[in-house]
Amino acid sequence: MLNTEPNIAASDDFYQELIDLHRDLSDEESALVNAKLILLLANHIGDAAVLREAMQAAREEVGGTPLPLGEEKG
Amino acid sequence: MKTYTNPVYPYTRAADLSGAPRRWPVIVAGAGPVGLTAAIDLAQRGIDVLVLDDDNTVSVGSRAICWSKRALEILDRLGCGERLVKKGVEWNVGRIFFRDEQVFDFNLLPETGHRRPAFINLQQYWVEQFLVERLGELPHAELRWKNKVVGVTERGDDVTVKVSTPDGEYSVHADWLIVADGAKSPIRGMLVLEAEGQVFRDRFLIADIHMTSDFPTERWSWFDPPFHRNQSALLHRQADNVWRVDFQLGWEADPEEEKKPEHIMPRLKAMLGDTADFEIEWASVYTFQCRRMRSFRQGRSLFVGDAAHLVSPFGARGANSGIQDVDNLMWKLELVLKQRATLTLIDSYDVERTFAADENIRATTRSTDFITPKGKTSRIFRDAVLMLAKRHPFARRLVNAGRLSVPAVLRDSPLNTPDAANSEFEGAMIPGTPAVDAPVTGPRGDWLLAYLEGGFTLLAFGAVVPESNVAALARSPIPISVVQVGDRSTTGACVIEDPDGVLAARYDAKPGTCYLFRPDQHVCARWRAFDPARVRAALARVTGESAMVEREAA
Repeated sequence: MLNTEPNIAASDDFYQELIDLHRDLSDEESALVNAKLILLLANHIGDAAVLREAMQAAREEVGGTPLPLGEEKG
Repeated sequence: MKTYTNPVYPYTRAADLSGAPRRWPVIVAGAGPVGLTAAIDLAQRGIDVLVLDDDNTVSVGSRAICWSKRALEILDRLGCGERLVKKGVEWNVGRIFFRDEQVFDFNLLPETGHRRPAFINLQQYWVEQFLVERLGELPHAELRWKNKVVGVTERGDDVTVKVSTPDGEYSVHADWLIVADGAKSPIRGMLVLEAEGQVFRDRFLIADIHMTSDFPTERWSWFDPPFHRNQSALLHRQADNVWRVDFQLGWEADPEEEKKPEHIMPRLKAMLGDTADFEIEWASVYTFQCRRMRSFRQGRSLFVGDAAHLVSPFGARGANSGIQDVDNLMWKLELVLKQRATLTLIDSYDVERTFAADENIRATTRSTDFITPKGKTSRIFRDAVLMLAKRHPFARRLVNAGRLSVPAVLRDSPLNTPDAANSEFEGAMIPGTPAVDAPVTGPRGDWLLAYLEGGFTLLAFGAVVPESNVAALARSPIPISVVQVGDRSTTGACVIEDPDGVLAARYDAKPGTCYLFRPDQHVCARWRAFDPARVRAALARVTGESAMVEREAA
């Protein structure tokens, strides 16, 4: 289950680090860094159900059609 | 071409042009790798088969070049696997490049104890030529070149095929028509059927080059290389020092222009270096599609190979899956033609092979999305994966330069008898799985698969099938031959040995374990002890007899 309760102790520090991570980067470079970050974190989490929940939560309130509810695919 | 001259096969005037039309049990339309394999399988079963092809030679250009372990095993059963393997080149190492550097390499690391390697590379024309020659050895087959199917009509249990030849048209009749006329399948069009799915808006240039070089026998994939910015490329060795080169061109490219040597040469020189000494043998520009027919059976017309389903080329899942279609279908046709099984057995071809086609379509679509990402974000994720792959092992698993063809496990097939609840089998060999090879010793050589050829086989670990049952199974309307592993007690069964215990380990066998294999070497049922009633029930499930009994009882 995706934990959406506060889980990062120094949340302001984390947020600043996340913003600093992108300092001096072009939009294109930032997009690449974000993609790498997502992939690294996704692998760390590993649990397909948690990842799917996170993807659905991320997609909420953003346009387009909602994601199909997850099912295991081969 | 420098390394291959296409044979010109003789056209002969069909007797049907003057005499009464003959009726064949089976007609095969199309003498490509899949149609030829179908005809060989039927002829080996003693079924008369007529093959019609509109051309008079084999494939022009190399086209399909990667032949999978399972396809080779099927061709072993059909008497031509060894020729392919001898002529082809074996490869195990692949390298992935991103921009100007190698990101990682991989080794298919073939597990020992299998007769055939994971893959060999061999040009399709060689394969077709070997198949034509093999078919020529079989008395039950007739192959007619320059005989083009121009009409198909079905009435009841008769298919009438109208054929056009240089000497005029004739009609010929069949119980069944195997449609193996390729991706564009004119017959699919004549029957007003469609293959549904996705067409990719991209073009690829493929070229065969003849090159004497010290490039190793490996598969090299490039993403966004300096010699072909923003696109992908592939280099792969074939027989006779011929190399396959693939260049992604993008959708805007003009296929006719790109095929010209003056356009190909600079690309190749940039890729291979100025000093490389090579000649272009053949070049073609292609687009690709991932789609299939909704059903592979249309009355008495049975669609196989590219006529039934199309995949993108990444993963070598085209011709290899077509050969598996044939492997799945021909024994079923034999049983139905001999009236030993109901038509539901033919329908199981559709069920099993559309399942396999969907698996192949899913795998190749995913590879296509990685190799040719559609849209900006898709490209960003693709590049991020390749960047991470250099240092982080997890990302290498995400790199998808083609997921190479492996046979489908038909886990939900209606022909499977599920394991009994208390049988406690471990490992991979669940019902619906194609047999995995293992080293053995015995009268038919040193590999398990040679003992599972032709018909149904009961593989029994130990002398657990009594002599009277061995004889009764061999004499039944659908014969089952018993192969006994170890224990030389005479039961009349074919006895093999498992010297290293690999066979027992791969099949999680204990003394008394029995596996029933279908004629296409798939596990049909398995038990921890021999029980003739259960063997009969498993067979009845395959032939449709149990359904008939249930219907009659109802």
